[in-house]
Amino acid sequence: MNEAAERDAPSPTDEFVKGLWRENPVFVTVLGMCPTLAVSNTARNALAMGLATTFVLALSGAAISAVRRFVPPQVRIATYIVIIASFVTAVEYAIQALSLDLHKALGAFIALIVVNCQILGRAEAFASKNGVVVSMLDGLGTGAGFTLALACLGTVREILGSGTLFGVELFGAGFQPWVLLVLPSGGFFTLAAWLILFNYFKTRPARRAEPEAAR
Amino acid sequence: MTAPVAPPPASPTSAWSMYRALVGTGAVCGLLIVTAYQITLPRIERNKAEALERAILQVLPGAATSRTFAWVDGQRFEPLAGPARGLPVVHAGFDAAGALVGVAIEGVGMGYQDSIRLLFGYAPATEKVIGLQVLESKETPGLGDKILVDPNFLANFAQLDVAMAPSGDALANPVRAVKHGEKREEWEVDGITGATISSRAGADIVTKSATVWLPRIRADLAAFSAGGDR
Repeated sequence: MNEAAERDAPSPTDEFVKGLWRENPVFVTVLGMCPTLAVSNTARNALAMGLATTFVLALSGAAISAVRRFVPPQVRIATYIVIIASFVTAVEYAIQALSLDLHKALGAFIALIVVNCQILGRAEAFASKNGVVVSMLDGLGTGAGFTLALACLGTVREILGSGTLFGVELFGAGFQPWVLLVLPSGGFFTLAAWLILFNYFKTRPARRAEPEAAR
Repeated sequence: MTAPVAPPPASPTSAWSMYRALVGTGAVCGLLIVTAYQITLPRIERNKAEALERAILQVLPGAATSRTFAWVDGQRFEPLAGPARGLPVVHAGFDAAGALVGVAIEGVGMGYQDSIRLLFGYAPATEKVIGLQVLESKETPGLGDKILVDPNFLANFAQLDVAMAPSGDALANPVRAVKHGEKREEWEVDGITGATISSRAGADIVTKSATVWLPRIRADLAAFSAGGDR
């Protein structure tokens, strides 16, 4: 019985990879929409927010896993929030030290990483029940999936909304930018388009298997 | 039929274990924050100083160096050697020969979303604003935030009239934003379509700051001559 359970237990690689595709926080679980919509107006902002969130996810996951046996259930949420907020504060200082322009562009959304529900979600659903290394891998995978999704949105919104990518002009002076895409409403439209595309590819194997099963 | 058996009561968590978890986590996290702050502080301060220096030289075209002056005792300017410690300050820009190009003045006011903090250069010789840069703004991306980068809007502040009234305590013509394409006077700002409130806020901030600082600068202009060495 134990051997079977061990055989079925996901490997550390699975814990990392699942956040990229099967449990992608933006395209599958649709969590953390506030920064996803607000900070994906340029590829640079999206990438920076994704990396900052990944850092917090990985380190807070490891820290919460490390203290899980010492934290009574009654005070677990308060403890997790204190740990997450501490890493977010450290990230905010690091971004200010790296680039004031980037800090200016991300604005209040760096501090709001604290209330990003996917971070508390991973803490509660995974890190509080698993070991330090796999919790860190789970955080890294979820963060990588979040970064990938934000980069997808940021790239489309910047190219079509501003005619640039990472600030580099792509089209000539005749290009008329689709300003709507860099506005908040453009975030919703771009997210919807990516969700349709993502789900099309995600459900394709099942759709292909259906006619064969019917035969 | 047997009666359902109630689950055994969970062992109560002692107050001490909760206290230990919260205080222990808080102490370690506090240490983490202080460490991150101490490590990054010198770099953050250097970044801020460099950003301000770049902005000063940008709003004072032709300036090669700058020096910060504090308004002391409500009557005179003095070069500032250390931190401002709450004193109101301006930044004088000097050309390669050491002559005064102008004075960079900070101003803050309400925009569409939040406060806008900007820096503008004032040339006492011509009584004009000669450059402007937005230091902080949270205006709407794609609309209000055009005041940061729109070349036509920023060109308004290359030669903007801020001459003082004969009374010496107000501008002869307050700076005001007008609709795009309707600028007629030297003290008017050609606004940005789609960023009307932000354009108007920029003009109002310049008027407000100029009304406070220009009489002071004109009253003690000698303080800035020769790089501030009286």
